[in-house]
Amino acid sequence: MSVPVRKFDAVIVGAGGAGLRAALQLSEAGLKTAVLSKVFPTRSHTVAAQGGVSASLGNSEPDHWHWHMYDTVKGSDWLGDQDAIEFMCREAPNVVVELEHFGMPFDRNADGSIYQRPFGGHMSNFGEKPVRRACAAADRTGHAMLHALYQRNVRANTQFFVEWMALDLVRDEQGNVQGVVAMEMETSEVYVFQAKATLFATGGAGRIFASSTNAFINTGDGLGMAARAGIPLEDMEFWQFHPTGVAGAGVLITEGVRGEGGILRNSAGERFMERYAPNAKDLASRDVVSRAMVTEINEGRGCGPNKDHVLLDITHLDPEVIKSKLPGIREISIKFANVDPIKAPIPVVPTCHYQMGGIPTNYKGEVIVDEKPVTGFYAAGEVACASVHGANRLGTNSLLDLLVFGKSSGNSMIDFIKTAPKDLPPLAIGDVERSLARVERLNQQSNGTQVNDARAAMQATMQKHCGVFRFKDMLAEGVAKILEVEKMVKTIEIADKSRTFNTARLEALELENLIEVAKATMISADARTESRGAHVRDDAEDTPERPNGRDDQNWLKHTLWHRDGNQLKYKPVTMKPLSVDTIALKTRSY
Amino acid sequence: MEEVELKRILWRSRRGLLELDLQLERFVAEVLPTLSEAELALYGDVLLLPDQDFLAYVNGAVACPNARLVPMIERIRAAQR
Ligand SMILES: Cc1cc2nc3c(=O)[nH]c(=O)nc-3n(C[C@H](O)[C@H](O)[C@H](O)COP(=O)(O)OP(=O)(O)OC[C@H]3O[C@@H](n4cnc5c(N)ncnc54)[C@H](O)[C@@H]3O)c2cc1C
Repeated sequence: MSVPVRKFDAVIVGAGGAGLRAALQLSEAGLKTAVLSKVFPTRSHTVAAQGGVSASLGNSEPDHWHWHMYDTVKGSDWLGDQDAIEFMCREAPNVVVELEHFGMPFDRNADGSIYQRPFGGHMSNFGEKPVRRACAAADRTGHAMLHALYQRNVRANTQFFVEWMALDLVRDEQGNVQGVVAMEMETSEVYVFQAKATLFATGGAGRIFASSTNAFINTGDGLGMAARAGIPLEDMEFWQFHPTGVAGAGVLITEGVRGEGGILRNSAGERFMERYAPNAKDLASRDVVSRAMVTEINEGRGCGPNKDHVLLDITHLDPEVIKSKLPGIREISIKFANVDPIKAPIPVVPTCHYQMGGIPTNYKGEVIVDEKPVTGFYAAGEVACASVHGANRLGTNSLLDLLVFGKSSGNSMIDFIKTAPKDLPPLAIGDVERSLARVERLNQQSNGTQVNDARAAMQATMQKHCGVFRFKDMLAEGVAKILEVEKMVKTIEIADKSRTFNTARLEALELENLIEVAKATMISADARTESRGAHVRDDAEDTPERPNGRDDQNWLKHTLWHRDGNQLKYKPVTMKPLSVDTIALKTRSY
Repeated sequence: MEEVELKRILWRSRRGLLELDLQLERFVAEVLPTLSEAELALYGDVLLLPDQDFLAYVNGAVACPNARLVPMIERIRAAQR
């Protein structure tokens, strides 16, 4: 076997906010750093973030990192690790001000300080009243962040490998990580990127669901690569959903539409929210609305040929009101649902938005397996689980996560690289050969399954059996079904076997990553018999001992899914912060 | 146009924003095969736009200031009707 090898101090897979922040740390320390990305760095999915990044700067009114920490622990429904959450909230003002110095064009107050706006879940004085904590650059916060970090990396001589796809992790016999196998898209040539330290910053995997707000690129490659290399995935049952995305497309319809008088209807045309929330009706909270929608669909009252969505009706509103107050929504509906909402209702469905789980790390970005760091392996951003988001993420804490843990993992890598032997050890060949065999199977496969068919089967199964609101029997069936889909994925074939920019091959390789995430999600969700944060089951009853179905006695623990045998193990939640007292368990209510 | 260039364009039609992915998917399937060499090259240039600007032009929220790119933006918009 002769695979060319390129050698670096550090290799980073992913050029979104997390990967770029880490790379900057390493390059500015003078280390030879490679960053691989499937797309041009500034087109990473971070570009989609609009809302902002949180930090208790207190520029408009008093704020404190300890209050931010309280909100984050509560938001996580106490599944977040309190050491990591303290670390993140304390670091937040530093990393945000640093980003400002890197040239990030934050919105400003008249006195020149960073302007801060209120955001759901941000409170002062331990949940007392809303506080302005979100920092934004107009409605382009993610975009501006990527540009600032990318420019700075170019200056620091980070070496970018754009339109390269990492295929697999390389570990030696002791399990130490040696780098990655990667494919250059233009030629389909496969190389090994060997390094002293390797970081995964590959983002989320929202495309496992039929309805997702995530761009097509979010295929969970880092999770697939980690799982194949024997690294467990943590808390994969926790995904954040929005109640109303356009069915079949995923584009969000803001909650403002219901505020303007929009009504949800089932296949009989019934305004079903009257049954679930007699007072608030269509303006009930997000989880109540999502739950009602899923119950309607599940009980056979969904709309369309597959009875898989409900309708959001604004036809009773004055067309002039729709045109003046909801022009964006009308445009989205016409474009993505082929429906003019002045004339007909919009098909909608609860839609996946954010992945709370991921590769298990500590707050230093070190990947942790069996309570020990995996030598040479780091992860940060949406692919990682530190765990600061626990069972549910607070808005704007994700961009913060990228900055804080991108930086801390960069620092951990620098420390490690400095103590590592100067010469790289001989490359272990086993994982490289397995990776090549995976590509070769795709080239040889005939009479197999089409990639689009297998992907559609996976997405439909996840959406139906493991969506925003979950049912015991559906989950059990879902486990059997997703294992069937896995068999389909094992035989996927591609018609186009050419070598230059073969999109079909790339999509097949991505699907092999998505299926690992889908299995982890379904199996972890089936096992967790409580409701907590974003994981909500109809059989976890609301009782005085278990408010909202949360069962702290049995389930205050992190799930660890292992690919080998689909085994589940658990580890305790870190309840002890770094310097302050534990934020004690309480019922989560807003 | 060489095959490699055409395929590079296909890959670059994958963006950081879902709304662009969906609109370009339609455009690539329905219109791309009918484009001339020169038009393909122009589409390749359009793909170099930053995602947030690109989406604003395609949605018609903002007029594209680069007159050379406007005809191609209009064709992408037309493919959505
Ligand atoms: C519509 C939307 C709005 C949002 N708004 C906000 C907000 O306002 N505030 C907030 O805090 N959060 C928000 N979020 C969440 C937040 O944007 C994401 O969690 C975050 O940007 C993820 O960043 P990342 O660096 O982990 O990964 P990404 O930005 O997704 O980057 C992943 C990188 O990995 C690369 N990559 C992946 N696989 C491979 C591979 N196999 N080989 C090589 N490279 C690879 C990609 O090319 C890319 O460069 C939003 C999310 C969405 C979908």
